[in-house]
Amino acid sequence: MPVYSINVNGKSRQVDVDADTPLLWVLRDTLDLVGTKFGCGIAQCGACTVHLNGNAVRSCSLPVSTIGDNEITTIEGLSENGDHPVQSAWREHDVPQCGYCQAGQMMNAAAFLSRNSNPSDEDIENAMHGNICRCATYNKIKAAVKTAATNM
Amino acid sequence: MTVIKTKINRRSFLKTSALAGGGIVIGFNWGCTPADMARPEASAWYEVNAFLTIADNGEVTIMSPNPEIGQNIKTSMPMIVAEELDVNWEDVIVKQAPLNTESFTRQVAGGSQSIRSSWTILRTAGATARKLLINTAAKEWQVDPSGITTENGVVKYGKMTMTYGELAAKAVMEEIPEEVELKDPKDFKIIGQAKKNVDLDGIITGEPLFGLDFKREGMVYAAAMRPPAFGTKLKSFDDSDARAVNGVSDVVQFGNKIAVIANSTWAAMKGKNALKAEWERDGKLENTTDHDRQLLRMLDTPEKEPRRNDGNVRRAFANADKVIERVYEAPFLPHNTMEPMNFFADVTDTKAELIGPIQTPQWTQGRVAQLLGREAADVTIDMTRMGGGFGRRLYGDFALEVAEISDKIRKPVKLVFSREDDMTAGTYRPASKYKFRAAIKNGKIDGYHLTGSGVNSGNVTRQNWFPAGGIENYKVETHNLRSNITTGAWRAPITNFLAIAEQSFFDEVAAEIGMDAVQLRLDILERAKNNPVGEIDYEPEKMIGVIKLAAEKAGWGNAPSGISHGFSCYYSHNTYVAEVAHVTNASGGPKVARVTCAVDCGIVINPDAAINQVQGGVVDGVGHAMYGDFSFVNGTPQASNFDKYRLIRAKEAPEVDVHFVESLNDPTGLGEPSLPPAGGAVANAIAKATGNRLYKIPFIKEEIVFG
Repeated sequence: MPVYSINVNGKSRQVDVDADTPLLWVLRDTLDLVGTKFGCGIAQCGACTVHLNGNAVRSCSLPVSTIGDNEITTIEGLSENGDHPVQSAWREHDVPQCGYCQAGQMMNAAAFLSRNSNPSDEDIENAMHGNICRCATYNKIKAAVKTAATNM
Repeated sequence: MTVIKTKINRRSFLKTSALAGGGIVIGFNWGCTPADMARPEASAWYEVNAFLTIADNGEVTIMSPNPEIGQNIKTSMPMIVAEELDVNWEDVIVKQAPLNTESFTRQVAGGSQSIRSSWTILRTAGATARKLLINTAAKEWQVDPSGITTENGVVKYGKMTMTYGELAAKAVMEEIPEEVELKDPKDFKIIGQAKKNVDLDGIITGEPLFGLDFKREGMVYAAAMRPPAFGTKLKSFDDSDARAVNGVSDVVQFGNKIAVIANSTWAAMKGKNALKAEWERDGKLENTTDHDRQLLRMLDTPEKEPRRNDGNVRRAFANADKVIERVYEAPFLPHNTMEPMNFFADVTDTKAELIGPIQTPQWTQGRVAQLLGREAADVTIDMTRMGGGFGRRLYGDFALEVAEISDKIRKPVKLVFSREDDMTAGTYRPASKYKFRAAIKNGKIDGYHLTGSGVNSGNVTRQNWFPAGGIENYKVETHNLRSNITTGAWRAPITNFLAIAEQSFFDEVAAEIGMDAVQLRLDILERAKNNPVGEIDYEPEKMIGVIKLAAEKAGWGNAPSGISHGFSCYYSHNTYVAEVAHVTNASGGPKVARVTCAVDCGIVINPDAAINQVQGGVVDGVGHAMYGDFSFVNGTPQASNFDKYRLIRAKEAPEVDVHFVESLNDPTGLGEPSLPPAGGAVANAIAKATGNRLYKIPFIKEEIVFG
C-alpha cells in the first residue's frame, strides 16, 4: 500500500492506506481521531465535516490520495482547550441531545463564521442547512452560532 | 415529606464492589469541574450503594443506570440522587452504570419511562445514603440523629460539622437505615435548576463516547450483506472479488447473511460491495400499493369485537343532521439515527463480551445467551452513549449479528452498518390509516366512530384516551395487516400518526360546525371531566390546563396578519401537550415558522434539557409529517440514503417556544410526548392558510399546496 503524508491538526502523519480510502476512515480507523463521525458516506448529512485549509469539507467523500499538502483540521484540533468560540457557544447553550452530529455542526459553523462574522439569521440557516441533526436541536444550534458570531 | 422503606440491603453493598471491579469500558466521564480547585485528589472511594460512591475528599460518583440516547438521563437521573443526598452538584462525577440486573431495575431507554419509573428508586438511593451519613455522625458525636441536619455534603449538629468525605469510611460499616424520609419537592435545590449535560465537554471536543468510537486491541471490522428484499433468502454467493480487496481477511456466512471481515471499516465495506450474491424468494414480495389497498379495505370492515362501544353509535349516525367522514394515511418510516447501527463483540470459549449502543441491554443479553447457547451470566453488555435511537436500538438485531460473527471467527470484532444497510435493514414505523366519522346533531358531536388499520401494529388506536368519555355515542375499531416487513416502535409508537389524524379531524369538524377549534376540544373535555361516559385513561383537567396555556401563549384567536394558527393537543407517555403552529404562506408555499408548545410532565428535573427535548420532539414531528416517505416495491425499500430520503434541516425547522405547567406532581415522560401533536398543528395551520386539507404523510407531496 502507498504511504501518504497528510497534515492533520498541525502535525504531519504517515498513513499506510489504499488511495481510495476516504479521509473520514483514515482519521477514525488509522489515526484514532474518532471525533469526526460517519453518517451517510455520500456527503449528504455533514456528520463527517472537517476543515481543509479552513474550508468545511465532507471527509467521507474525500479520498486520501487527493489531499496532498492541504491542511486538515478536525474537531480534536479546532482548539487546544476546547474553547474555540463555537465550542464555547455550544457549551453555553448546552446544544447536544445525542451529540453525534455536533462535531460536524461545529466544524461547519466554525468555517462559516471565519468568513462571515456578522451573519443574519437567514445566513445562518443557509450555512447550516447541509448538516442534519436527527434529534432536531436546530433551535439551539442556530442560537449557538449566533452567540459564537458575537464572540469570534 | 415522604417516609419510605428502603430496599437497599447489605447484599447490594457487596454487589456494588463486584460491579466496580467490572469497571466501565468506555471510561470515565468527568461530569463537572470541582468547585473548589484546591480540593485534594481523592485517595479512597467508599461504595455506599449501587448508585453512589463517596470519596474521602467529598467527591461523589453517581452511577446513571439507564442507557443514554440523547434524552439526557445521564444528567437528570444522577441529579435526582444528588438532590436527596444533599451534595453540591459540582462535586458529582457521573458514570454510566453497566448492565446489572440485581442492583438496578429497568435499564431500558424506551417509552419515555426512565425518569418516571426510577423517580422513587433514585430518590431513595440518595436519601438512604444521606441518612446513613447522619447516623454515622450521630454515633461519632454521641448525639441524637434527629437533631442532625445536612447541607451540600456537610453534616451539622449545633456548631459541629463533618463532611461526607470525612464520614464515608465509617459510614460504609454502618447498618443501612430501614426507613428514610424524602424531601418535600418545595425544598429541591438541584431538581428544577438547569444543569449542563455531563458529557458536554466530551461531545464538544470529539472524545470517543459512542459505540462507533469504541476500539479494542486486536479488533477487526465487519460489514454485512443482508437480503436486499423482504421475502428473499440467500441462494449462493461468490466472494472471490471481496477476498481480493486489500485488508479483507475473511468472509463468513451467517444465516441468510454474509459478513466481510477486514482490518478497517473501509476495507470491510469495500469487500461487502464486492460480494456477488444471488437471492431467491422465500416469502411474499410485498408492495406499498398493495398495503394501501388492503388497509383502506379494512377501514370499511367492522371489527368482530370493537375496542370500545359506548351508547348507540348506529342510532346517532342514523339520526344525524350531518355526517363528517375523513380518511388519513401514513407510510412506513425508517428511524435514521445519525449513528448507524453498530456493535462490538468478543466471543471466546468462556464468555461473550458485547459493547455498544443499545436501548435494551438486559433483553439483548438474554437473546445473545440463547443464540450462542451460553448462560446469561457469561454474556456481558456494556452501554456506550447512543447516537440516537428513536426506537431502532430497542431491537438488538445488530448485537445478535455481531455476537454470531465473533463466535464464528473467534476474534474481537466491530460490526458497522453503512447508511444503506441501516435504512434498508430497518424495523420500520408501520404504515397505518384511519377513518374518522362524526355524527353532528344540533351543532354538536353526538356520535364518533374511529376505525384504524396498520401493518403489524396490533391495536392502532388508543380507545380510552381523548375523546373517550366526552362523547355519548363512541365506537373504536382496529385492524391488523400482517406483513413480512420488519416493523417496530418508532418514537411515540402508534400515536406518532394517530395524533395527527385525530387532531386534523377535530379541526375539520370544528370548521364544519362553525365552532372554534380550541373550544370544541374544551367542551368535550369538560364533559369527560364532569360526567364521563365510561372509563377513561387520561385526566381531562390536565389536558384542559395545557390547552389553555398553549392558546394563551400563542395568542390563539389573534393571529397577526400573514400568520395562520393551527391547534393540536395530545396525551401520551403520561404527559399532556398542546401545540399551536404558526404558518406563513408567502411565495414558495406555506412554511412553519414557529410552534408554541405547552407541556404538563409533572416536576421538570432539568429545565434547559427539558426544553431541548420538547423542541426536538416538535421539530421531529413537523419534519416527519412534512417529509417522511418510505415505500416498498417487491419487498425492496425504495430509499437507502439521505439523497432519496428527506429529513428536516436547519432552514425548515420552526422555532419552538416551550411552556411547562408548574407542577409538584411526580415527573412523567418527556422524550416522546411533544412529537405526536406537532403534525396535526401543522396540518391545521396549513388548512387555514391555504384552504387545503392534508390527508397523507408526507405533506410535501401535496402538489396543490406545495407546488
